Amino acid sequence: MTLEIIGISVLWLFLFGYVMIASIDFGAGFFNAYNVIFGREHVLTTVIQRYLSPVWEVTNVFLVFFFVGVIGFFPKTAFYYGTSLLVPASIAIVLLAIRGSYYAFATYGSIGHKGYTFMYGLSGLFIPASLSIVLTISEGGFIDMVNEKPVLDYFELFTSPLTWSIVVLSLAAVLYISAVFLTWYASKAGDVKATELLRKYALIWSLPTMITASGIIVELRAHNSEHFNRIVDLGWVFGLSFLLFVGTVYLLWKRRSYGVAFGLLAGQFALAFFGYGVSHYPYLLYPYLTLYDSFTNPAMAISLIIAFLMGLGLLIPSLYLVFRLFVFNKDYVQGKEDYHA
Amino acid sequence: MNNEEALFFSRALTELTLSFHIIYATIGVGIPLMIMIAQWVGIKKNDEHYILLARRWARGFVITVAVGVVTGTAIGLQLSLLWPNFMELAGNVIALPLFMETFAFFFEAIFLGIYLYTWDRFEDQKKHLLLLIPVALGASFSAVFITIVNAFMNAPQGFDLVDGELINVNPILAMLNPAMPTKVAHVVITAYMTSAFVLGSIAAYRLLKGSNHVYHKKALFLTMKLGLIFSIGAAIIGDFSGKYLAEYQPEKLAAAEWHFETEEGAGLILFGVLDDGEVKYEIKVPYALSILAHNDPTAEVIGLEEFAEEDIPPLYIHYLFQVMVGIGSLMILVSLIYVLGRWRQWQFVHSKNYFRLMVAGGPLAVIAIEAGWWFAEVGRQPWILRGIMRTEDAATSSGQVDLMLMLFAGLYLVLGVGSIVVLRRMFRKNPVEQEIADREKERVGDFS
Ligand code: HDD
Ligand code: HEM
Ligand code: HEM
Repeated sequence: MTLEIIGISVLWLFLFGYVMIASIDFGAGFFNAYNVIFGREHVLTTVIQRYLSPVWEVTNVFLVFFFVGVIGFFPKTAFYYGTSLLVPASIAIVLLAIRGSYYAFATYGSIGHKGYTFMYGLSGLFIPASLSIVLTISEGGFIDMVNEKPVLDYFELFTSPLTWSIVVLSLAAVLYISAVFLTWYASKAGDVKATELLRKYALIWSLPTMITASGIIVELRAHNSEHFNRIVDLGWVFGLSFLLFVGTVYLLWKRRSYGVAFGLLAGQFALAFFGYGVSHYPYLLYPYLTLYDSFTNPAMAISLIIAFLMGLGLLIPSLYLVFRLFVFNKDYVQGKEDYHA
Repeated sequence: MNNEEALFFSRALTELTLSFHIIYATIGVGIPLMIMIAQWVGIKKNDEHYILLARRWARGFVITVAVGVVTGTAIGLQLSLLWPNFMELAGNVIALPLFMETFAFFFEAIFLGIYLYTWDRFEDQKKHLLLLIPVALGASFSAVFITIVNAFMNAPQGFDLVDGELINVNPILAMLNPAMPTKVAHVVITAYMTSAFVLGSIAAYRLLKGSNHVYHKKALFLTMKLGLIFSIGAAIIGDFSGKYLAEYQPEKLAAAEWHFETEEGAGLILFGVLDDGEVKYEIKVPYALSILAHNDPTAEVIGLEEFAEEDIPPLYIHYLFQVMVGIGSLMILVSLIYVLGRWRQWQFVHSKNYFRLMVAGGPLAVIAIEAGWWFAEVGRQPWILRGIMRTEDAATSSGQVDLMLMLFAGLYLVLGVGSIVVLRRMFRKNPVEQEIADREKERVGDFS
């Protein structure tokens, strides 16, 4: 394995972590808002608050880790992506900032009314939409070099069907992942009403997720045939991912083993995510930037990898502690314990 | 938009974001330590008041952390968005501490979540206190790592630049640059100092408003003692920072001191204004600049005349330096007199006017932080990487920076107002007197 591959694998792994836990968070906010607005208040609120409160800051760090890591391992990305992404990334930052801080304001400072709940829910959909644009751009065709400077072609970007299908996929996936996880969480909390409602959402959003995901592969054929061909070569990975998807839906349908259902879903997304990543190889940005010509010097790469390993030594036990105390702790999940400052 | 405008707005946006983030970041670095000390004192003395103090600080802290986290995320991304050329170069050499910082954040975030949700969960309070150690360490190490990056910008080393190509990169050497020791120490200790005075402000404010509860008196005495220790530390390390400047960035020191000509036994200019290149209304302390720079009243201090016009930073940094040092000295006095006064029972330290002075301490310390950073960053101009890359060559070529500046200004307004409103409401709705009474009742209930 080369240093380049190690670097991108580490980053991709953390991006995957972010996608999963942030999806749960974004989707939860949306479902909650939806219910509050249509007057079914508090079916979901407690379950969602219990889960989100101790972990929201951790979610954000996954994102920070990813973008700091990209600059570290692939400094040239700063030039291409940094110059061209000013507007979309700034919008995403502002949304993230409002959402994150108002979450804390509401939970700890107990401000809160419907308008806020509504904004919170909606921002959870805009953020994945705006972040997913980066994936679209990476497929190439949207950045032109003008005077040796990269410039983003907004017209091309916003009229491309690829853009919109990736946006729709990101929304469907967020809601699907979130609903499946929260079904499991609610059933552990013994909250039958919430479990049933979330199970229904999970089943509703399973189909759009699969349809848009397949649609994107078809559109890539026209947009970036090189990438498309590599995806076809890796067909078995995506096939396996589909089987896991079927497993999740089956278990949900039968109201059985929600924990296993979420496990299968994680597997499904992991396979698809890494399948997509591998097929994207070696490009970071078609056709300008590959892993190899944007890579940092070996001295930096090695020291980053060492720092990463030492960091994991700290991180894994601490994450384990959080999960034991909050996510997998029956008394906490069921609301029997409340030790908030 | 032409490139000059892009540069101008990029600078403005960076200044705005950093100046806003630094308020919350500084508090975020210092407060966990203060909470830890209060809780520890509470356990030691078996005094509910200190424990409650820790608990109430922790509640407020969550709000400031939230704003610190989101604005930090903004500045982290903005560095690449606004200064792509700089980040491309710097990423090759100084990415290591930036990367390590994310682990410090992780560590802090995880344990902060645990700490907040485990009050009273443990029989033994000490176990709960242990959970705070990683929070305080994580916060302080975030400051250490980010300041190392900033130190590198002032004194870059650990690589060779041959025909525009970076070779012989040594990330560890880059981290151990000459600016690092004083800068890191000064930033961390001033963060502790500022947090102590900000918390002291709150206690003094309650006393000023007529509360006579011992809870506030204990809080004020504790924070003033801590503030005294840290402000003396800040001044001593600040003096070392001056010596670092004299050796490695003499143009920054000379500009800050309006020291135009190289001379031996140089005097220090206090206050004053600059009028057409002429210093007026100043107080000149003989030999003091030589002492500040080299610990020797007769030593030679390099003046601005030795530098090319285009390499000299703006001269207004003198005022920023004065503000920082002035506030630092004032706060040493204020806290020293209060601590002595409590010990020797001087009545005037309990007067309304003296409380007013201590209420001002928190905001003043924050102003000193802002002035200090502006001094350090503007004093590095025209360089973004001193001697290697000029700020004007580092900026983005993007055409929409002015719009983004307005967008972010709006954001910070919302966050700033929001955090103040929320903090006030939190403590209004749940006054400490009430909480103490409730806890008393609870405890009596336990025994019967
Ligand atoms: C509460 C805040 C505070 C206070 C009271 C002081 N400082 Fe400070 N100072 C800072 C907060 C600060 C800072 C914000 O932390 C800076 C900005 C950049 C940095 O490295 O630290 C700084 C920078 C800074 C520098 C520039 C270092 C550089 O650019 O590399 C010098 C020479 C001093 N300080 C010296 C002093 C002295 C002699 C003080 C005497 C009392 C003092 N400071 C008090
Ligand atoms: C990783 C560390 C840092 C980087 C990469 C960085 C980068 C920059 C850049 C690119 C500029 C623009 C230059 C200019 O405005 O002329 C700047 C200026 C500035 N930075 Fe830093 N900075 C760092 C640390 C900090 C910190 C921690 C602060 C504290 C708040 C800070 C405060 C400022 C201020 C106030 C300016 C404005 C200076 C001016 O008007 O010229 N910087 N910095
Ligand atoms: C260029 C300068 C800076 C950058 C790029 C930066 C970056 C960041 C980022 C990305 C976060 C969010 C981390 C998370 O998600 O938890 C953050 C938060 C934080 N930053 Fe900054 N930061 C800068 C300056 C500073 C300085 C100068 C200090 C300390 C003196 C500091 C201390 C902190 C702390 C303690 C937090 C955690 C939030 C809190 O506890 O309040 N940062 N910063």
